[in-house]
Amino acid sequence: MITVENLCKRYGETTIVDAVSMTIAKNSITVIVGTSGSGKSTLLRMINRLVEPTGGRVLIDGQDTRAEPAHLLRRRIGYAIQGHGLFPHRTVGENIATVPQLLGWEPARIRARVEELLSVFQLDPKEYADAYPHELSGGQQQRVGVARALAAEPAVLLMDEPYGALDPIIRAKAQADLLEIQRRFGTTIVLVTHDMDEAFHLGDHVAVMSQGRLLQYDRPAVLLTRPADPFVARMTGLADRALRLLSLTTAGEAAVPGLSAGPRVAASVSLREALSELVWKGAESAQVIDADGTARGHLTVASILGHGRPA
Amino acid sequence: MARPADQFARIDRLGALLVAAGAGVLACLPFVLVKANRIVPGVPRSLLASTPPPGAWACLAALLLAAVVALVIGKPRLRLTAALVGLIALALAVAAAGNTLTPPDNRVVRISPGPAFWVLLVCLGLMATDAITRMRPGPAQRVVWLAGFLAIAILALGSGTFDHLSVMREYAVNAERFSREFARHVLLAAGSLGAAIVVGLPLGVVCYRVPRIRAGILGTLNVIQTVPAIALFGILMAPLGALAAAVPLAARLGIRGIGAAPAVVALFLYSLLPIVANTVAGLDRVSRSAVEAARGMGMTPWQMLSRIELPLALPVIVTGIRVVLVQNIGMVTVAALIGGGGLGTFVFQGIGQTAIDLVLLGAIPIVALAFSAAVVLDALVEVMDRVRR
Repeated sequence: MITVENLCKRYGETTIVDAVSMTIAKNSITVIVGTSGSGKSTLLRMINRLVEPTGGRVLIDGQDTRAEPAHLLRRRIGYAIQGHGLFPHRTVGENIATVPQLLGWEPARIRARVEELLSVFQLDPKEYADAYPHELSGGQQQRVGVARALAAEPAVLLMDEPYGALDPIIRAKAQADLLEIQRRFGTTIVLVTHDMDEAFHLGDHVAVMSQGRLLQYDRPAVLLTRPADPFVARMTGLADRALRLLSLTTAGEAAVPGLSAGPRVAASVSLREALSELVWKGAESAQVIDADGTARGHLTVASILGHGRPA
Repeated sequence: MARPADQFARIDRLGALLVAAGAGVLACLPFVLVKANRIVPGVPRSLLASTPPPGAWACLAALLLAAVVALVIGKPRLRLTAALVGLIALALAVAAAGNTLTPPDNRVVRISPGPAFWVLLVCLGLMATDAITRMRPGPAQRVVWLAGFLAIAILALGSGTFDHLSVMREYAVNAERFSREFARHVLLAAGSLGAAIVVGLPLGVVCYRVPRIRAGILGTLNVIQTVPAIALFGILMAPLGALAAAVPLAARLGIRGIGAAPAVVALFLYSLLPIVANTVAGLDRVSRSAVEAARGMGMTPWQMLSRIELPLALPVIVTGIRVVLVQNIGMVTVAALIGGGGLGTFVFQGIGQTAIDLVLLGAIPIVALAFSAAVVLDALVEVMDRVRR
């Protein structure tokens, strides 16, 4: 658990981060979203003390982050940035081994960890461990950047606009990978982005920042249905908020018992996608199918629409 | 039928230039100069008048072959072969001239290679290096080529074939001093470079980290660069002389107003700018995101510098070292003027005695040293750039 208490950053007269307090739950993904200059990156960088706060404090599992030297703190916290920041003169394997080496792990343990991570990120260790970063595609470089951040098994992973430089298709893949990684390792992830869709897609909780202040910090559905502030409402998108809300619930969660002769949709797709399918096919209801092929229940257009407005 | 323009386009332009120059000097300028002794002006002799006919005609044939190839053949391998054949023929012809024109048992007459020989040597050398460049050799291959050429040149000069030529006569007289001054030349050039690296590298890192002092330090070093070498030696004489007088230990260590001390200090000062400036430029080009990531992962400032920033800046820094080494090899020559020693000793002694052969005994190895240093360090930079992109 990360506790941010009354955190401030000022440069002279300018206040970048203004008395932000928030509690980030263990094993969850928290997304900090805001326009550029909102202070979101500075807030993130104060967690691992790349930026030293002017006031307030950060506790990780109850321990003040100032209790140890900053570089030792950072070795316990994963850090991934936009444009991956890989070391061009080191191989992929050496890049991933960076923090374990700083921590003095045994070579055999480092080698095993590098191979494990490459496999997790669908990069064949035989082919890629000895390759140099410039020999990889943009998407592969980004994956190595995240693998490197996770190398020393950190409990916390900070990501600063990690997908900003990727094209939409690779970005969707990277986001799916991140959700999978989070489930697998149970890492507490704090991610900064300016992309609201990304925030809603990835975040268990979303924090909206503007001009250094934390405007609202809650579950995505709450941001949509009960925005605390006109700015939050504008950020989350007034025009398509109903569709956004639909995208937060899966067909499996919304299915009710019963059978339908309509099109079949997977339980894992969002209600937004299920609705789209029904509109496309001109059908009134859909059969929801689990991953193993059994029928979960069914959905009607009316029942889907019921999920698209505040309760 | 091909139009004249097409025919003209097929003629190699560099080849045409080299052939014109070579043919011109061969026709108009002497191939060797015969001097009654080492300081009087020589009597000019053409190629055909200085070598027995079969040899002279064979040499002319080889040069003609090289000329034809230079003009119309595009394949680098053939061009290189023709240039090498030409070079060997030229060398054998000048050696034969030395043997033929020297009267038996006469140790006073000097046979000097003349302007035509030197220009032809340069033309054929350019043709060979151009051919090697066109073959696009890798860095390791270039060093191998260089080592091969140097080995052949040294073996040829050591074989006695050229012993009757004037420069080799001067060498025979000065053999012992030559090795000593050669070693001293290398030591002065490399020593001042070493000192400049030891001081310049940290200074460059400080300039990079503290932008406020960067302009001041680089500006000062820039001013030093503009002081002519002789003037700098003069400026250093007084303080170093005073230091030697005041501190006996300094005098015992060899620090004096003249000699090696001011030479090394001056070369060191000249070397600082390229090393400091290139260290700053090299660090400047290191990717910001790599440094940011290194810091974010918990590297200490020293670890960031030694593991990320300096390795990534190294190709640019070594480029600076290359500049300094080549520059120093040339400038050590002037150090001879203030008793610093080195191959410049022969150059200035030769100028003083109007003995041009003695000047060449100093100058040719200096050119060879500078050229070799440039080739080797260029190859090193290329290897590092390839790995550390």
